[in-house]
Amino acid sequence: MSDSAINKVGATTGNWLDERLGASGVVKGFSRKVFPDHWSFMLGEIALYSFVILLLSGTFLTFFFVPSAAEVVYDGPYTTLAGQHVSEAFDSTMHLSFEVRGGLLMRQIHHWAALIFVVSMIVHMFRIFFTGAFRKPREINWVIGMILAILAVVEGFLGYSLPDDLLSGNGLRIAQGIVLGIPVVGSYVSFFLFGGGFPGEAFIPRFYTLHVLLIPAIMLALITFHLILVVVHKHTQYPGPGKTNSNVVGFPLFPIYTAKAGGFFFIVFGVTALMGALFTINGIWVYGPYDPSPIGAGAQPDFYMGFLDGAVRIMPGFVEFTVWGHTVSPNIFLPTLVLPGLMVTPALLYPWIEAWVTGDKREHHLLDRPRNQPTRTGLGVMAITLYTLLWISGGNDIVATHLHLSINDITHVLRVIVFVFPPLAYLITKRICLGLQRKDREKVLHGRETGRVFRTEEGEVFELHAPLSANDRWLLVGFDSPEPAQALPATDSSGVRRPGGALEKVRQKISKFYFEDRVAPVTPAELAEAHHHGDHEEISASGGGDEKHAISSGH
Amino acid sequence: MSTNDPDHGGDGVALQEGDLPARFENPGIPEHQHRMADTDPKAAKRAERQVAFLFVLSMVGTLVMIVGYFAVKMDHDLGFIDYLNRLELSNKLLGIGMAISLLGIGVGAVHWAKTLMPDEERIDYRHLQRGSDEVRAEAVDMLATGVEESGFARRPLIRNTLIGAMALFPLPGLILFRDTGPLPGKYLATTFWKAGDRLMLDPEGGPIKASDMVLGSVAHVLPEGIEEAEHPLNEKAKAAVLLIRLEEDLLAPESLPGAHGGIVAYSKICTHMGCPVALYEQRTHHLLCPCHQSTFDLTQNCKVIFGPAKRALPQLAITVDDEGYLVAAAPFSEPTGPSYWERS
Ligand code: HEM
Ligand code: FES
Repeated sequence: MSDSAINKVGATTGNWLDERLGASGVVKGFSRKVFPDHWSFMLGEIALYSFVILLLSGTFLTFFFVPSAAEVVYDGPYTTLAGQHVSEAFDSTMHLSFEVRGGLLMRQIHHWAALIFVVSMIVHMFRIFFTGAFRKPREINWVIGMILAILAVVEGFLGYSLPDDLLSGNGLRIAQGIVLGIPVVGSYVSFFLFGGGFPGEAFIPRFYTLHVLLIPAIMLALITFHLILVVVHKHTQYPGPGKTNSNVVGFPLFPIYTAKAGGFFFIVFGVTALMGALFTINGIWVYGPYDPSPIGAGAQPDFYMGFLDGAVRIMPGFVEFTVWGHTVSPNIFLPTLVLPGLMVTPALLYPWIEAWVTGDKREHHLLDRPRNQPTRTGLGVMAITLYTLLWISGGNDIVATHLHLSINDITHVLRVIVFVFPPLAYLITKRICLGLQRKDREKVLHGRETGRVFRTEEGEVFELHAPLSANDRWLLVGFDSPEPAQALPATDSSGVRRPGGALEKVRQKISKFYFEDRVAPVTPAELAEAHHHGDHEEISASGGGDEKHAISSGH
Repeated sequence: MSTNDPDHGGDGVALQEGDLPARFENPGIPEHQHRMADTDPKAAKRAERQVAFLFVLSMVGTLVMIVGYFAVKMDHDLGFIDYLNRLELSNKLLGIGMAISLLGIGVGAVHWAKTLMPDEERIDYRHLQRGSDEVRAEAVDMLATGVEESGFARRPLIRNTLIGAMALFPLPGLILFRDTGPLPGKYLATTFWKAGDRLMLDPEGGPIKASDMVLGSVAHVLPEGIEEAEHPLNEKAKAAVLLIRLEEDLLAPESLPGAHGGIVAYSKICTHMGCPVALYEQRTHHLLCPCHQSTFDLTQNCKVIFGPAKRALPQLAITVDDEGYLVAAAPFSEPTGPSYWERS
């Protein structure tokens, strides 16, 4: 087709759409919208695309999957299981895997996509956290994102339960044990959830409806809202020359982002398809149908359940007690209900906590370099450390067999280090951030190392340092470094007690915790001072700033 | 510092006393660097051909998938191993074909955008999220007018009854879930076992003679007739039992009344969260639950010696009938399985 032919077709279609939809306004408003570019912005995209892949592959699965616990005798081509009594759910998943051409591929794509979905969401979330993208005006999107992550985990667990195989059945059994452990109402909730005793016949159709209808619909609505807000707020950008809090520097939606993001969808889908082609996942034929009596050793849930499993494993059992003829099981509800609550709530509220501490009510569109927020970065690494340790605890048996250690010893050690390592990780991370900030200062004041060596007449050896360009320097000096909140007197000038004085004290304490150790960006005066100091200023570099005090002068 | 200044931290140039600014100035967007393909028509042509090649590759991938679908048939007459090999071939052809078809388009489009579409950065400007003061005042006015017109504030009777109605109306929504299941009643406290039930091997079926249980042997057993129960799986989930024979003098005194010789039967359902406690370590006489490693000591009446479970595995008292088959001497004397509130 020639260019003019394309234009003609385009004009006709465009006219048709515009006269019916007012499409020209939409195109005018959106097509040249600018989006900044950075690899870390693709994490959210991966999550979005894997959701689409889940919708597509999941819909294919629904055409063959039979959500029923009714018993049938397996007589398919996987003859190892011939004659076994299985549920229709298991039977149809076997049929999908072995007899429907492409069925195994779709199952494996669906399962891999589910894992990629959850991983990308978690990593995306930490990108947001470490760069401060959750700050005003994006707090709502932070909360939506957290809800999406929780829903994804629930959705994954429901889907995992559907094929009714031995592994998922035991996972479900544990879930029922958790429900039973809820004080007062546990056994009632379990009976309503499972339609009676465990496992019963009701859960498969019920979980199916939740898995293919209710939760995906909620997620779709939330994702839509999430993306609308991204457009309304305009994307954040990393700091750099020319980037300010009031502009956005990048490429237009059409054509650059349409091609890049659209292409990236195909890449994510392609990689997922490749994984489905090459790597078996959830081979239910190896596990066999669910039966409450047999079990295999070393069974593992999908990774996103691992941290809960780990918390359960290292919880000592002695805390269970009976009182007035009732059994109370903190060994069950502490790790499975209280702990996740304690992990999620501060995360959900974090944007408000930080804003309250800093007293900062401004909009923020420029991202932080993590090192420039040492306390926040430390807290994030602390959370990751806790999560990782719990996750490792979920594999304590595997760790034990691989390292030839006693599982009891490993568990005892883990019980201690889940409390010790996260605060340590916080401290170390904060030190590292402050160290990097001090290095940045050095670079600005004394230039970057050139690798060339210079020898003085006295025989001393120095490395030559080259001054930074204005662009390179900007990255290292263009940030805010808040100071701890100043104490206000408890009474105001006329001697009346300030309202909220106690809360204000708490705020000052936390503010001190956040900002006491700080390294301020180099100011032009400091740079001038450093240059002035000696003629071969570009030569040496020694010592950092004193971390207990803001560095206000060079040396 | 103004409290709502979108320009903070970006290009602050507030001047200090003296002639140096307090902060560095934002140097502005660096000069654009041209790519090869922008200046060299040959490089552009090369990039164009690469993109086209990737799109053609995608077409090839699609063809591989279509051919794979029709050429590789899942034929039931094949032997077991051949069938599995065929399945693997089919899965690989379809999956790899699909991957090539998708990656061709994806990588092609990204390469196109990166090499041939303009890469000069553009700038948009942001505005505060909040509306202007006039718009806000107008919005507040409109809402106030609406509230006034509705009489919501003026007519407390309407307001309060509406609040009451709204508070009550979700209740039926909760009540509707009542019929999702029966009430627990005594269900969790009882099992299928009654006195005189033979111990049947699981999964093979068939009763066991005490003489079949040689020293050190372990058997998984279920009560006779459980397959005919209304919900066999539900019953199994409470009634599964482990049968073990060890030296009688190793047994704790509390175990002896329910034991037969050195043969003891204990619930196999973990008192933690209900997984089957299926791993028996001969040497230590420990039972291990693979789910969270609760460990029960057979020589201490299955007391918990490690892990997150609290309670010992309940013992099933056994004896033999006139034909010498092992039978339950009595039902379980306490609930099997995980803890729950009503359990005393
Ligand atoms: C949105 C996030 C979703 C997640 C995280 C997810 C996750 C999962 C997982 C882990 C499984 C087990 C698959 C296996 O057998 O290995 C599964 C099964 C299944 N999913 Fe999803 N899924 C999602 C959405 C959907 C949607 C939207 C549909 C349908 C429209 C769907 C339909 C199914 C069906 C029918 C099965 C059972 C068939 C089988 O296991 O082979 N899923 N899901
Ligand atoms: S279910 Fe046995 S240890 Fe948790």
